[in-house]
Amino acid sequence: MSIVRPCVRLGLTALALALLSAPGLQGQDVERGQQVYEQWCSQCHGSAGAGDGSAAEYMIPRPRDFTTGLFQIRTTGSGELPTDADILRVINEGMPGTTMPGWEDELPQADREALVTYIKTFSQFFESLGAPDPLDFSGAPGTSLERIAEGRLFYDSIECYQCHGPSGRGNGESASTLQNDFGNPVRAADLTENWNFNGGSTVEDIYRRLRTGLDGTPMPSFSDLIDANFMTDDQLWNLAHFVRSLAPEEAPAVREVIVAAQVPLGEVPTTVADESWEGADSFYIPLVGQIIQSPRWFDPSVDAVWVQALHDGSDVAFRLSWDDRSRSPDPAWLEWQGWVLDAMQPREGGEILPEPRPDRLTVQFPPVIPEGMDMPYFLMGDTQNPVYQWRWSSGPDGADRATAQGLSNVQSMGAEGLVADAAWTDGQWQLLFRRSLAPQDPDSELAFEVGVPIPIAFFAWDGDNSEEDTRGSVSSWYFVQLEEETPPSTYVAPLVAFLLTGGLGVLVIRGAQRREIMAEPGGASALLPGGQAAPALGRSLGFVVGAIWLLFAALALLNSLSGWTDGNADLGFWWGVIAALLAIAATVALVGTARHRYQGPRK
Amino acid sequence: MLRHLSFTRTFTPAAVLVALAGCGGDDAPAGGGGGDAPAEMPFDVATAGNVSGSVIFEGTAPPPEVLDMASEADCAATYSGDPTVSWVDVGGGGLADVFVYVKQGLSGMSFPISGDAVVINQQGCQYRPLVVGVQIGQSLTIQNSDGLLHNINASPTANRPFNVSQPVNMETEREFAAEEVMVPIQCDVHGWMAGYIGVVAHPYHAATGTGGTFDLSQLPPGDYVLEAWHSRLGTQEQTVTVTTGQTAEVTFTFTEAMLSSAEPLGDPLDPHNHGSLESLVGE
Repeated sequence: MSIVRPCVRLGLTALALALLSAPGLQGQDVERGQQVYEQWCSQCHGSAGAGDGSAAEYMIPRPRDFTTGLFQIRTTGSGELPTDADILRVINEGMPGTTMPGWEDELPQADREALVTYIKTFSQFFESLGAPDPLDFSGAPGTSLERIAEGRLFYDSIECYQCHGPSGRGNGESASTLQNDFGNPVRAADLTENWNFNGGSTVEDIYRRLRTGLDGTPMPSFSDLIDANFMTDDQLWNLAHFVRSLAPEEAPAVREVIVAAQVPLGEVPTTVADESWEGADSFYIPLVGQIIQSPRWFDPSVDAVWVQALHDGSDVAFRLSWDDRSRSPDPAWLEWQGWVLDAMQPREGGEILPEPRPDRLTVQFPPVIPEGMDMPYFLMGDTQNPVYQWRWSSGPDGADRATAQGLSNVQSMGAEGLVADAAWTDGQWQLLFRRSLAPQDPDSELAFEVGVPIPIAFFAWDGDNSEEDTRGSVSSWYFVQLEEETPPSTYVAPLVAFLLTGGLGVLVIRGAQRREIMAEPGGASALLPGGQAAPALGRSLGFVVGAIWLLFAALALLNSLSGWTDGNADLGFWWGVIAALLAIAATVALVGTARHRYQGPRK
Repeated sequence: MLRHLSFTRTFTPAAVLVALAGCGGDDAPAGGGGGDAPAEMPFDVATAGNVSGSVIFEGTAPPPEVLDMASEADCAATYSGDPTVSWVDVGGGGLADVFVYVKQGLSGMSFPISGDAVVINQQGCQYRPLVVGVQIGQSLTIQNSDGLLHNINASPTANRPFNVSQPVNMETEREFAAEEVMVPIQCDVHGWMAGYIGVVAHPYHAATGTGGTFDLSQLPPGDYVLEAWHSRLGTQEQTVTVTTGQTAEVTFTFTEAMLSSAEPLGDPLDPHNHGSLESLVGE
């Protein structure tokens, strides 16, 4: 009897639990999840979840193979399964830096949750191991210079640089040897580009990746170190703050027009190391793989180039900076080339073999500044509309001018007139191009003009990633605008405005003083015939002056606005100040005059 | 400090039935489990026999691979000459780094888990030894004696993977939950570092050292299939009969010819291509 009661209770509880987790309820989710999966996910992840969909071979990293139960982005320990929330987060937000997009705005919540349930059916581990426990994460302490400095020391002492490089650009000694568990090459994360971090860009995200590791990749977990008291949780936060500090505060915004400021004195620089570059505005230009013309390239190494431009009225200079894990050709990366080529083929245009290849970068313009938006085809033009290019290569180091009528039809025009200077330092190339605004060869070479937007595009190849010819990174057309020399009138006009304003002010005050004198009993006005006319004249003069000042204020405001939009922030600012002063003066004049009238002439 | 990679069963209708069924009897075995765990079948140790064996290599072994440790001067300094690793390590008349285990013949039996931890040390930027065997649930200790950054990246398929960082002199402990021959481990910081762990459900396994000999002691009498696994020479099987109080002799012979034809097994760079697990699961 004593056994029966607990048994009934146990039986009922078990029955209730069984119903809660019954195949009926789960089954509906699985069925819905399968429908959604087959419509939106199977092209990449494969119908059996093995990461082998028809598009998979064009992707590095490959789509997730769900059959292994191996997930990079988790809140659980190394080797443990992800929680449902972990899987949902990746579905919602995607994996930055990969081809996996976020689905939060594309699919209803119920569908995304059903997907989680369905994805878990691909691996037996979800059934055999049960729900995992998330790690206990501490809250982020605020950042400080001390924390960042401590984190830097820790970064060095635990040798993060072995893979991520001394400056965090992913160019460590081991970077060329890294593969994931599926035998595909893996790039050590470039820590200066946190917007490409798979698991998110915040300091909390970075801390979590340090705690959990990125399973299936070479990135290990550091939780064991904390558990074994080899480091404290606080030290790990310092490290996370340091890593976060390597990237800019905000992900760079893409701006359509690259402004080439005019150097105030002297000439534009001829070297990448010139100090004048330090103050020059830097424009972020994203690049993507060339996937239009065969052989296409789906694994571009260079994902962006930062562009700075300066001119001095007779020459223009560009400094281009981009992260590149090696100075190609580097023999240490030859094996890597083989892995990349193996992973990215079946090949288009025949077999491609690993061999020493240089890094290259090309800047492209139309041969003449086009009317309106009528630009040559961005992929190096065509036979009807050629393009004009500056081409640089790291081996042998040098540059030339070229004209192109398509990706595979490029003719050199020699190096005359083009200055180039390049340096590779700690995972980053910097390249300078300089040319006179007037062309050497006006028939096929662009004549730069000041003050008009000139189309510009960029191409990059990482030789150690096997890139050359059509297999590289490209941008679409952007514009470069050489800042107009500020006309002297720009600086004279405020002075004239000030003098005029001051003059009118003096007139008004003197007018008012005269009025006061005339209004006095026995004053001058009594002596004049029609003495009442003088105050009226003074009042209307006050209104006229006020109106003129208001007009001047409006003009100054217009100047200020055009200054801001043209990128002349200093002019915009000072015209703004003048406009404000004029507006105040006008208001005082108008209000003062009006109040004076109501009070009537003083007795 | 120690994270177990053990099974936690989900609550399934099947488990409900087992639980309910358990209420019926007076002395039904507690738990019941999932049904696929072998029932305890202890045998009388007095009836045990032994296997004593050796692994030999015929032909010319490839020369040791010279490792480029330029990036780790401290490791390179631990070698008198060039740092090398012998993937086919022939010496003292036998072949080292062969994993030998009972592959068939122990079905339905379970054995106590050894309380001794199996140890792999990272020394001179190499795993020592290169090949070890552990029993399911037995502790595996991975030490870092180099005091510089290693990561231990295990990429099994039947077990859960792990990838832990060891930037200082320290040790990490792990266990495995399922049979798997072999679990590859590698260090991503030092691409040449590769090791192998054989995971089996019983204590009758051995990894050969210099000299190539092995002993499987205190086996229940019976007929067994033994398998010998080598990372570059492949696998081979032999049957052996164990009788009470006797020591059966076994010799595995690997040859130079197998080297040219064999793919590296359990290459950590491709863990999904290291032989079939079905043979194990099917038992």
